[in-house]
Order: sequence, then C-alpha cells, then structure tokens
Amino acid sequence: MANLSADFIGIKSPNPFWLASAPPTDKQYNVERAFEAGWGGVVWKTLGSEGPPVVNVNGPRYGAIWGADRRLLGLNNIELITDRPLEVNLQEIKEVKRKWRDRALVISLMVPCDEDSWKDILSRIEDTEADGVELNFGCPHGMAERGMGSAVGQVPEYIEMVTRWVKKHSRMPCIVKLTPNITDVRKPAEAAKRGGADAVSLINTINSITSVNLDDFSPEPMIDGKGTHGGYCGPAVKPIAMNMVAEIARSADTRGLPISGIGGVTTWRDAAEFMALGAGNVQVCTAAMTYGFKIVQEMISGLSQYLDDKQIGLSDLVGRAVPNVTDWQYLNLNYVAKAHINQDDCIKCGRCYAACEDTSHQAIAMSPERVFTVMDDECVACNLCVNVCPVDNCITMVPMAKGAVDPRTGRRVGDYANWTTHPNNPSARAAE
Amino acid sequence: MSNSPLTPGIVPARLPVASYARNFADHTPPLDRHEARVAADRCYFCHDAPCITACPTSIDIPLFIRQIATGTAEAAATTIWSQNILGGMCARVCPTETLCEEACVRETAEGKPVEIGQLQRFATDTAMARGLHPFERAAPTCKRVAVVGAGPAGLSCAHRLALHGHDVVVFERRPKAGGLNEYGIASYKATGGFAQREVDWLLQIGGIEIRTGVELGRDVSLDQLKAEYDAVFLGVGLAGVNALRAEGEDKAGVRDAVDFIAELRQSEDLSNLPVGRDVVVIGGGMTAVDAAVQSKLLGAETVTIVYRRGQEKMSASGYEQDHAVQTGVRIIHNAAPVRVLGNGHAEGVEFAYTEDGPGGLNLSAETFTLKADQVFKAIGQTLSGTPAGLAVEGGKLAGHSGKVWVGGDCAAGGEDLTVTAVAEGRDAAEAIHAALTGA
Repeated sequence: MANLSADFIGIKSPNPFWLASAPPTDKQYNVERAFEAGWGGVVWKTLGSEGPPVVNVNGPRYGAIWGADRRLLGLNNIELITDRPLEVNLQEIKEVKRKWRDRALVISLMVPCDEDSWKDILSRIEDTEADGVELNFGCPHGMAERGMGSAVGQVPEYIEMVTRWVKKHSRMPCIVKLTPNITDVRKPAEAAKRGGADAVSLINTINSITSVNLDDFSPEPMIDGKGTHGGYCGPAVKPIAMNMVAEIARSADTRGLPISGIGGVTTWRDAAEFMALGAGNVQVCTAAMTYGFKIVQEMISGLSQYLDDKQIGLSDLVGRAVPNVTDWQYLNLNYVAKAHINQDDCIKCGRCYAACEDTSHQAIAMSPERVFTVMDDECVACNLCVNVCPVDNCITMVPMAKGAVDPRTGRRVGDYANWTTHPNNPSARAAE
Repeated sequence: MSNSPLTPGIVPARLPVASYARNFADHTPPLDRHEARVAADRCYFCHDAPCITACPTSIDIPLFIRQIATGTAEAAATTIWSQNILGGMCARVCPTETLCEEACVRETAEGKPVEIGQLQRFATDTAMARGLHPFERAAPTCKRVAVVGAGPAGLSCAHRLALHGHDVVVFERRPKAGGLNEYGIASYKATGGFAQREVDWLLQIGGIEIRTGVELGRDVSLDQLKAEYDAVFLGVGLAGVNALRAEGEDKAGVRDAVDFIAELRQSEDLSNLPVGRDVVVIGGGMTAVDAAVQSKLLGAETVTIVYRRGQEKMSASGYEQDHAVQTGVRIIHNAAPVRVLGNGHAEGVEFAYTEDGPGGLNLSAETFTLKADQVFKAIGQTLSGTPAGLAVEGGKLAGHSGKVWVGGDCAAGGEDLTVTAVAEGRDAAEAIHAALTGA
C-alpha cells in the first residue's frame, strides 16, 4: 500500500485529504469524528474577530442541483463564518490538536481589513498549537457585504496587504484561499505570493442561484419569500476549479507556489486529478456533506491502489500533468482521430446518432437494424458521441497513424504543426 | 364455513375470509412518486426508440418517461393516451416483458429494462386521480357509427370516432362494458374496479352511447346496423371456446376457463366462489395461467397446468409462467388429455405424453393420470356467430369491406392482446373518419 503521508508547506498529515473550512469543521465533535474516520487534516471553519458572533439565517442555508437518481451534483450555501463564540472555538481547537498530533489542523480566519484586527486574531490563536492559518478571502455572500471574504479576495492589492500583515504578526504557515469570482485567478495568486503567502488554496465557492421557486418566484434557498446568491460547490464546480489550479501551476509568475486544491473533490480520482495539475493536497467538503466522513476511506484506498499500479510516490504525482496543460494555439493540428463504436458493447440506444445527426457533423450512419457506424469521411473526432454514450468505453477515439490518409480531408496525417505556423493564421510565424 | 384446501369437491370458502383480500390484492403494487422518479431516471431517451417500435400502439415512451422525470406526469398521461386511450389498463395487463421492455436498451445492457409498464401506470393513474381527460370533441359531423363490442377494440374505436365529432353507439352483449378487461383478465391485475373506472373515464369524451345486453345476430343484425349507421365497427372478440375433444369432456366439473374467470371477476365475495380441491387447467396461454393462479388463490390444494407442447411454445409469457409457478401452480409440458375420468363428475384426467413430429403432434403410448375434481379448458377461443356475408380468414374476420370495419381479437392479423385491440380500434376509427369525411 502506497505511503500517502503528505508534507504541505511543512504541515504533515497521514494523507493528503483535508476537510475544507466549512460546516463539517465547525466544532470539536465533527472534527474528531472526521479524524476517527481517517481524514488527514482539517481547516477549521472560519473564525472571526472577538465579540458577538455572526448570526445565520434560520431558514434553509443550502440549495442544490441533482443528476439522475437525485445524485447531488452541486450545492450552494448562504451560511456565514462560525457563529460560535471565539473562545469556545479556540479551546476546542487546542484540545483537538493535543489529542490528534499526527493530523493537520489549520485555522481559517476572516476579520475586518485592518492590521490591528489581524494582529489581534493571530495572537489569540497563537497558543492553540494549530499548524497554520488559511485566510478566507473567498466567501462570496454575507461577509463580502461587510467588506470581508471575497470583497478582499477580488482586489489583489488587499490580498497582498493582508497577507503581509499576517506574515508579519505570525510565524505560522499561511495559506491564502482564493475566490473564483474574478476574471483571472492568476492575479490574486500573484498578489498572495508577493505578500509572502506560503500557499494558496482554491477555489472557494462560486456566486450562484441554484433554483427558482416557481410558485413563490424566489431564488432558492428561500428565506421568507426572498433568496440571495450563495456559494456554489460540489462535483459541478470541479472543472472550473481544476482550470484555475492549472493556471496558477503553469503561470511563470506563480509556478512553484504550493496549492491546496479545492472544488468538487468526491473520489480518489478527483483528488489525483487535482494533484496532477499541481495541487500538493486537496480539501473536501461537499462530498463529506453528501455522504458523511466515511468517504475518505475510498479516497485513501483508491489513491493508494493508483500509486501502486503506477509505481510512483505521492510527490511524483503532484504537478505531473502541468507540462501538458498548454494554450490552444500549441495543440497539434495535424493530429487526426476518428470515433470508433465497439459493436459488442453497443446497446443501440442511438444517442450518438441523434447527437451527431442533429447537432454535429452527420458522421454516424444508422442501419434499419439499429447498427450505428462512424463514417470516417465525415467524422471530425469531436468526441460528442463519446460523451453522450451511456456505456463507458463503447465509443473511443482512435488516432490515425502518421502518413495515413484522412478520408475526410484526403490529406496525409503529418508531423506536429500548430496554429502559430498555420497558413490560415494571419499572424503566423514562418516555421523554423 | 369449515372448508379447507383439503375439502373434496368444488366448494367455496376454502380459506379464512381475510386471505381473499390479500390473495387478490394488486399483483404489482403501483410505484409511488419517489419510485417513479427513480425508475424514470433510468431511461436513456433513445433515438427512434426500440420500445416505441415494439409497442403495438406506438406510444412515445421516451417522451412520457421524460415528462414523468420532470414532474409532469399529467403531460405524460396525455402522451400515452394520444396513442392508446386504454393506456391505464394496458399498463396493467400488457406483457411488457415481450414488448416494450424486451426492446429496452437497458435490457440489452443490464438485463433490467426501464419499468415502462409501471411508469405508464404511474402517469395514467396520476392524471386519472386528478380527473383529467385531456381530449375535446371536434365539432359534430352528424355522422353515426355503430360499434359492436365494448371491449378494448370497440372502446378505443369509439373514443377516437367521438373525438373526431362522430356520434357513436356501442352495442355490447354483456351487462357491462369493458370486454375482456372486465370479464377476462385475472382479478389481481386490475383491482379496485379499474376496468369500469376506465370505461367511465373514457366516456367523458361525450358522444358515445353504450347499449348493453344487445347481441349481434340475436337482438340486432348487421344489415340493420349497416342501414341505420354511416359505418359499422365490429370488435366482437372471440366468443366461442375450443372443445377438448377428449372422452368425458361433458362430465360435471369440466368447464371453460373463460367462464370461470368471468364469474370470478363479477363475484362480489370471493369466499362464496367454489373451486375444486384438485384443479387441472388444460392449455398454455394467458387464460390458462389466469385460471390456474386464481384457483390456487381461492384455496385449491393442487393446481396443475397441462400443455400439449413444450415450454417454449406456451403463449403465456415467461413472466406469467414464473408467476404461476411462484403461486404454487405446477406446469406440465408435452402432454395432452385423453379422457376425463369419473362417474358423472370429474375425478381425474388421463393424459398421454406427446411427441412433436414432422406430421404434427403425436400421442405416445405412455400415459399418466392427474387427480381432478375441477377441469378448466383453456385451449383457445374462436369466432362465433359470424354474420353472413363477412369474409373469414384463418378463423377470423378478414378486414374492412364496404361500410364494415373490424378489429381486436375477432380480426385477422396481430396478436390477441389488449394493446393490439386498442391499436386496431384506433386505426379503424381513423379509417372510418377518413371515409366519412373524405379526408
């Protein structure tokens, strides 16, 4: 069984699966249950300043979208930071850390945007023996209206400033949690790096309305007839999160900045994908909120099996796919593939045919006996048939060998060539 | 009553009173809303879906399932009824495992088709419970059509004709409309008086008058109908029953299975319905299974179906056969009755094993005897009382001629299924409509 122990910016944990700052990490009871279940670490739900705690709504806090069989695909929430007294949280954190020395315990923080507030909270958490802090610059609802959370995270200058304060007033490793509700995630990441952050974590939740009540005409979750945008998370946001992780991992200005990957991680495979794109570990919330803490056991066994099968260590996985994340312009335009339908696996639903015929390239033939075959002279290998086919691996994309003639274009499959040198590109450079 | 399954002879009340309600309860309980959503989610919304092709009424199954999945079961019911006005009954009695569900791609993929029949029932039950009848008659055409037989074919034909604005009179020889839905199928397939509820619901279209107790050839002649109406549809079913052609067939205790089923369906109190201790059913179709299973449910000690050919030739579906076996019915294949034994009253049946040869079925010399105080004949129904002048083909009415159209079990072509009858009635109505309006 592969060794999954991870060292993320000096914070050690028996595996790279942490619970993200969220309701599952709001108190000792949950966190200890999580550790018992096997989670490698937690980021304790965001603490605010001393004083009267925030209040939450007393109606629904979550909205959702579902796939087939009501499988939860996306969740949004309008919950705020912890609504428990600071002192209670600090005492519990200290107790938990003392009991669970081998687990990572990071404290999420969000206080008003002035140096004294940050200095104060940092001194308050000092003797909890927590392993680090995560700066919540991402929360998109409620707290943002008060100049915190994503209101800070959307202004790179503020991120840099606050990060600098934190590094100045604390010896703890500092992770800056980024909001996806921006146009270019590299800018806040660069700001965090300039401010001295040890790592970034992303993504926080996405501004969203998950549903509209068609009887009361209000967004949901609906509080007394009104709704507000909430933070979206869960499997549905994973592609957005992975792109942002990859952008930071491959950008010249942020390359090498440790990343804690967050956003829809549900299985070991999701975690492995985030890590291949440069995340040193992952944080999970929605999957735990959907299925309970036990899911970590599948993540542990799955990632171990994968690493064993590949005969690589955990650190070998981190960033392994980053060199292959490129810009469109560098994709090989001379690469030619054709869809192939495995007739033995085909169940004859005809979805590939409907998709191709109605919305793509009319490249699938249907016989009266419902045999579906790809017409190579029409197929552009768009992959839509693969994506709509209900049977895994029934339709595959088969690359054509170099030198073979593409029946669609009549041209031979040639060597690598991309858009930068393509004759149709007005700003093409001559091939060197 | 002190009867038990062991009481000899044909007697009522073999079971404690409470057992009857349990035994004859809905055989396949309906899906609730959650179950329907889960089942609907399994549909792949196939292109040119095989299930539609397999449905004799060509219901747009993927569409109605998608409508259920999106919380609009009422719209789903409209989709169903547009093609099959008796969609509620068909959802209960169709041998879906040999029709739509056999064709389902998930049967191919996983051996577990989408539960199309159950979903159809969910949709039609939901809409009927809300009192919806989503059809409106066209303006009156002043054309009058006579429909003979208020079974599935006749009712389907009548509804479609009424929809098009024609006035329809349905003549039915029995006291109630519904045909085999009311008199011919096992009670546990359509509980709660569903057949009559569906007839009442169907008649909401308006423009349909049902005259019960009127038999063609006895109370009214085809010539009369042709003279008085602009068109005539015959959906008279198969009222005759094949004879056993075995010695002793006339002994007491030997009876047509269809009569037994009809009596059972009309029985107010099943504990009053007599049944034998040892019941033998001869035949291999749905009627044989329905008679056998219900005999068992009434408390018969032993029930045996004997079919003269092999299992693969039985016209009862595999599902029905399994159901019979699970109920405790024994099925013997490849044996034919030679004689009914007994002194005045049946006491047993002697069978000979059969061999399927090139020249047909041959009786072997080897015989066996089953104890039987009640024997049901379920070896097929035949056309009876065919009005003169109608062409007959393979024992069935040949098809449209002049002012007369035919459909359902009495008509040539198609399987003898409720759903086929509905399709034929509907299509005849469209043909009549076209003929009457010159469309």
